[in-house]
Amino acid sequence: MARNPVTWLGSPTFPKAAKAALNDTQLRQNLRKATGTIRGRRAAAVAEMTDWEMLRVAGEQIKDDVLARLDTLLLQLEESVTARGGVVHWARDAEEANRIVLDLCRAENAQEVVKVKSMATAEIGLNEALEAGGVHAIETDLAELIVQLGDDRPSHILVPAIHRNRSEIREIFQRRMGVEVSDEPADLAEAARVYLREKFLTTKVAISGANFAVADTGSIVVLESEGNGRMCLTLPDTLITVMGIEKLVPTWQDLEVFLQLLPRSSTAERMNPYTSVWTGVTPGDGPQKFHLVLIDNGRTATLEDSVGRQALRCIRCSACLNVCPVYERTGGQSYGSVYPGPIGAILTPQLVGDMHDPLAASLPYASSLCGACFEVCPVRIDIPSVLTHLRAEVVEAKGRTAESVAMAAAAWMFASASRYEKAQKAGSLARFLAKDGKITSLPWPGSKWTSSRDVPAPPAESFRTWWRKNRG
Amino acid sequence: MRVRVALFATCLTDTFFPSTARAVVRLLERLGCSVEFPLDQTCCGQMHFNTGYREHSKPLARKYTEVFSGYDYVVAPSGSCAGMVREIHPTLGESPPRTFELAEFLVDVLGVTDVGAWFPHRVTYHPTCHSLRMLGVGDKPMALLRAVKGLDLVELPDSTQCCGFGGTFAVKNAETSTAMLADKMRCVLDTGAEVLSAGDNSCLMHIGGGLSRLRAGVRPVHLAEILASTEEDPWRATP
Repeated sequence: MARNPVTWLGSPTFPKAAKAALNDTQLRQNLRKATGTIRGRRAAAVAEMTDWEMLRVAGEQIKDDVLARLDTLLLQLEESVTARGGVVHWARDAEEANRIVLDLCRAENAQEVVKVKSMATAEIGLNEALEAGGVHAIETDLAELIVQLGDDRPSHILVPAIHRNRSEIREIFQRRMGVEVSDEPADLAEAARVYLREKFLTTKVAISGANFAVADTGSIVVLESEGNGRMCLTLPDTLITVMGIEKLVPTWQDLEVFLQLLPRSSTAERMNPYTSVWTGVTPGDGPQKFHLVLIDNGRTATLEDSVGRQALRCIRCSACLNVCPVYERTGGQSYGSVYPGPIGAILTPQLVGDMHDPLAASLPYASSLCGACFEVCPVRIDIPSVLTHLRAEVVEAKGRTAESVAMAAAAWMFASASRYEKAQKAGSLARFLAKDGKITSLPWPGSKWTSSRDVPAPPAESFRTWWRKNRG
Repeated sequence: MRVRVALFATCLTDTFFPSTARAVVRLLERLGCSVEFPLDQTCCGQMHFNTGYREHSKPLARKYTEVFSGYDYVVAPSGSCAGMVREIHPTLGESPPRTFELAEFLVDVLGVTDVGAWFPHRVTYHPTCHSLRMLGVGDKPMALLRAVKGLDLVELPDSTQCCGFGGTFAVKNAETSTAMLADKMRCVLDTGAEVLSAGDNSCLMHIGGGLSRLRAGVRPVHLAEILASTEEDPWRATP
């Protein structure tokens, strides 16, 4: 079986990658600034809505209903899309999806394709697969373009170049576009516009993802902020949309909920700037050939897990990334996948589907369980609960380790108050290691703590000893 | 009729911070409660559960129910352990007795915000994540602190951000935890406070451990100890 490309080949485990990222002071500064700004804006945009909590509940319920009826809704979607002149393709995994898209490009004799920003195509590594097949994909979203031209990897779901600042972007543009440009945002945007406009007008095939697909009409919905998507979705002759099977909503009315939840959660906008909706093919208007590639790539397996499946409610808004104190410090690339941050920590391991994979197994631990993600999630994914659920799977997969032996011993000790008290008294002797009331150095694994933090000296008398003497 | 309260000291406070548990006893008795400490209590199982050792946490949750059933109220000087009992124990098949974090017990059950405390120091307060997001304690600790005589309460910048403790996270991802701690310490130091307070000794041990390493000159003091302190019997630095 082909390797699941959800994680990047050769990526270290989260703690190792994070350790390196934490030393990048420029990265830390860029992330602090960017996430801090967007956090504040999102909070303000959400505070305007008196029915926000009801919308979240509605979003959760619609998505749960979709997941419960996915089999029939998908067939309904296929029927609707086909009836309107589109062609539906089913892909079990990344390899199948990439082959389908490459064949479609070849059928159109396309050497170049323009792309609308899409997580699904990033997840399956489509650009690399197309390149290997002789088709060059051009990213047209500004941040995706920065990542592509910089031979870089994305570090955020919505703003893949969030780890880059203006002067770094200027350097990339000058080097790859061969133009002189200042680091003013307007100038950088103009340089990208000039570079892309020619591509939009000359390229015959476009590839997109989908934010939503409406099952009963077969309509596909893409939300974007720059207008590049609108160009890709209207100018080329052929449009290929790659979509995860969970992106469905049953009816147009259900969209109402998400078109309120998504913009405020992701970009803090009241209304999304460019919302494109198309239904199959319309003669004389827009692409005359439309292909919809539905990908599973681990989703059906994720659906089997009654706790973990809520990760499939995700609408890729990135609110959880922006509020996550871990993400803010390590950046997205430390998560070793196109899905970083809290949602990545629960989605990636499930899509990989193998807790023996060291990177996948490290991701559920990339959280202090502070719960900030759950608080902002527009579809109420209880990320902390899924994290602890997946941690239990990791523990089971790892079997007997030094940690599991220590944990078993601790559980045995805590199971009896008298054993606990004996351990407490023995541990209290550590106070003789202390100087000035604190311990500054412990052997491994305590050294991981004392590398940056003192430990208070244990008191001579525990509370229960005091209680027994004075109150017992 | 005196309110009968069982103190769940939590294993960390019982072992490392007995002064906090003694302060809870003093405070609750001063407010007219009768406080009991069932000696068979140990640990709520949070470390096991949160690290992925769900099966090991089950007998500890069971034990908690057995030890505390029969009490009207259980009070813990920890939002995190109270959260474990209230939110997680039911998922492990338990129906735990009513368990409260100290601040919510004082405000919601006893209906007091002015507990008659005196603490003449400049204090900032870190609202720990599980108090804030699991229990929804809100600004109850701040209301309690505002009513303390002599206390100069300074707001902590970015107060709702995690300090980086996260139980075994602090060891498994020590570098990231330390980076989070660095920002929390910067915010604490920016306030010019001499005392950092919180409702959880775990978070206080973490931030306090960092402040101590840097010789930052800020002392961590649990909320219970501030609220127990009076003019007649003021807070003293005792283990």
